[in-house]
Amino acid sequence: MSIALHRNARMLAARALLIVLLAGFLAIHPRGVSTGVLTAWSNQGVALAFVAVGQTIVVLSRGIDLSIGAIMALTNCTASVLVQGSPAEVAFGVAAVILCGAACGAANGLIVVKARIQPIVATLATGAVFSGLALLVQPTPGGSVDETLSDLLTGDIAGVPASLLLLAGLVGLVWGPVRAARLGRGMLAVGSAEGAAYMSGLPIDRAKIAAYVLAGVFAAFGGLFLGFQTLSGDPAIGGSYTLNSVAAVVLGGTSLMGGAGSVAGTIAGALILRTIGSLMFFAGVNPMAQPLLEGAVLLAAVALGAIRLLKIRNRLEMFR
Amino acid sequence: MLDQADFLQLDDVTKRYGGVAALNKLCFRARRGSIHAILGENGAGKSTLMKILAGVVRADSGTVRLAGEPLDLRRPADALANGIACIFQELSIVPDLSAAENICLADPPRSRLGLIDRRAERRAARAVLAEIGCADGLDVRTSCADLPLSKRQLVEIAKAVVRRPRVLILDEATSALTAEDAAKVMALLRRLREEGTCVLFISHRMHEVDSLADTCSVFRNGEHVATFSAGSKSHDEIVRLMIGRPIAQIYPPKPARPPAAPAYLAIADLGWPPALTQVSLAVRPGEIVGLGGLDGQGQRELLLALAGVLRGVGGTARFGTQAALPASPRAAKRRPFRTALIPEDRKTEGLFLGLSIRDNIAMAALDGLARGGIVDSAAERALVDRLIATLQIMAPDADAPVGTLSGGNQQKVVLAKWLAIEPRLLLLMDPTRGIDVGTKQEIYRLFRELAASGVAILLYSTDYDELIGLCDQVLVMYGGRVAARLEGQDLTEENLLAAALNLRPAPPAARPASLTEAVA
Repeated sequence: MSIALHRNARMLAARALLIVLLAGFLAIHPRGVSTGVLTAWSNQGVALAFVAVGQTIVVLSRGIDLSIGAIMALTNCTASVLVQGSPAEVAFGVAAVILCGAACGAANGLIVVKARIQPIVATLATGAVFSGLALLVQPTPGGSVDETLSDLLTGDIAGVPASLLLLAGLVGLVWGPVRAARLGRGMLAVGSAEGAAYMSGLPIDRAKIAAYVLAGVFAAFGGLFLGFQTLSGDPAIGGSYTLNSVAAVVLGGTSLMGGAGSVAGTIAGALILRTIGSLMFFAGVNPMAQPLLEGAVLLAAVALGAIRLLKIRNRLEMFR
Repeated sequence: MLDQADFLQLDDVTKRYGGVAALNKLCFRARRGSIHAILGENGAGKSTLMKILAGVVRADSGTVRLAGEPLDLRRPADALANGIACIFQELSIVPDLSAAENICLADPPRSRLGLIDRRAERRAARAVLAEIGCADGLDVRTSCADLPLSKRQLVEIAKAVVRRPRVLILDEATSALTAEDAAKVMALLRRLREEGTCVLFISHRMHEVDSLADTCSVFRNGEHVATFSAGSKSHDEIVRLMIGRPIAQIYPPKPARPPAAPAYLAIADLGWPPALTQVSLAVRPGEIVGLGGLDGQGQRELLLALAGVLRGVGGTARFGTQAALPASPRAAKRRPFRTALIPEDRKTEGLFLGLSIRDNIAMAALDGLARGGIVDSAAERALVDRLIATLQIMAPDADAPVGTLSGGNQQKVVLAKWLAIEPRLLLLMDPTRGIDVGTKQEIYRLFRELAASGVAILLYSTDYDELIGLCDQVLVMYGGRVAARLEGQDLTEENLLAAALNLRPAPPAARPASLTEAVA
């Protein structure tokens, strides 16, 4: 019990902060606690949550994906072209968009692993490429997305926001089995100590490539969901999502050094970032001050995580 | 039917690093059901042989056969697939995974869906630890980052044994273990031999070789010199084979009587719960004081406390005329403390592996080498060259990265870095671990010369021979206290062991008379 608590302290702190912020938001919202308010809140956060989950998987394997926002923008634009028409065409479109995200991720993974380029540099470059592709697909915000599916996914099912169910379902279906399989174990091992993973005979290249592919898939989920939310594609949204995904990873307690952290924490982190915005809107705070306050919350949350260092009596442990 | 003697068969194996041959047309045989010790100085080619068998490095030429089959070892995964498992001195542990996850890392038990069966995994891990006899006090759910070094080494061993290897390779694998666990691991190795495993092991501890090996092979300069059954040659003969010349005396002579100078370091009732309780001791200039005992009895914490690493240390201390503990390692190396700590793990705490030998040696002394914040490169060069010559560091070039040196020379660089500040007190944490006999001898002589020049030395060692041969007096720690103080005629292996195991009630460590007044 104490072991589990110790390992998950940061994630639990992120959840507690989310609950406090959400309670504050619901308390000052003019319509109070209602299905509509919760659904709107959830819809606000789910696209970022998807992208941040993808980022977490890469970070756990000690990489970073600075192209993840661009993949999201590209898949969002692709969705605005392909996800429309007959049900069969919509199904094909969704599959194609997810495949597009996976292909972008595979390109990242192959470049990082085979060309041995540092992830930060490799994904900075591929991010520019993906942004360019997004502009070719959809030069200005526009296009259209199937409205039936949109209504279904951005509405509620028996009072529960459908978008939250979608998030939980897709994370459970995609990341759950991977996390429980040797592939996921390999990603954690590579992120924690790549040399040890190699010496243990693990397929480290495969683990890293798979992490980037999964990040691409989750970015595509984010792009798709944004399409359902806005009914259009926007090639310019990438940048803010990349940075916010990293912020959500850190808020959720995943170490940027790899190996330790959780997807559940990241989801809480992403929802925290979005809740701050909504909270300030309804509190009547000047919208211009929003980035400032978001930054302050991020710093405060990370500082909480550093309290551990004050308790350390053997200062050598600070560097481990 | 395959000849048992040729179970593992290496022919004409050559490996070159740059222009230097680490292995030169090596031919080597090992039997099934045998514990085979590989002896030789550092640089003799032992580690290279192990790395080739483990798939870490590829041989330039030559063949490796196992049970008659030629092997193509390109990666560690190939070695594991062929039943060759390695336990390295450098750990292959993944810190963020639990002990159970590490033990089963290469091939975890899986459910029918292909997912990892975590319960079966924990069961398997507990079973293999129980087989070693070390299941107690090691919760397999603990993440390895939270385990002490000795337990991590046990996990490392369990990780290899769980695969039931045909060939098991140990490279100084017991040096980080507690004496108790080491004995259990040795018993396990004997059981594996009965089951037909071919165990190859590298050790610099001769008593371990004596008690474990049935066959010994000596390597020298990348070549196989001799193979003989254990016990058929004396230690002197073996050492001569290893170095090609006799070592007259591995330990330098001790001075006849302790120096008369007042203690440089005097501590009283030092406490850091729960690791240290009421520790009192004194070290005079010119004296080498050893810290002994089982692993993990507070020896490390004591040295860390004296170097200013620990927070919240109770008790009193005096360094020279300064009645305080240093607040940090940075304070410790300066006046008035002038104290240097040679850390336990030279790769992470001692060296900057990617930096040059020169940068490493100058690093601690930069304050003294800088004028107005700019490092005086002529003074730096002079200092570094002098220390390289004094310590006889074997390096082609002082600008080469320190990571390219052998283990013994790396440790000399760590020593040089701290000698550069001209310390008055030298704290040493197992300074000769994993170092070859020749370099050890040089380092012992250096310590004695430093002591003769007025340095006070406090040394923790896991090697009883070293404590007996090198130290003027030895304080044996048990449960965070000084359990016994041994010197002169009393400093014997039997007494050390008895005190370490807290078997007989030793008289409480006598406080030097000068200490109480010195601290007060």
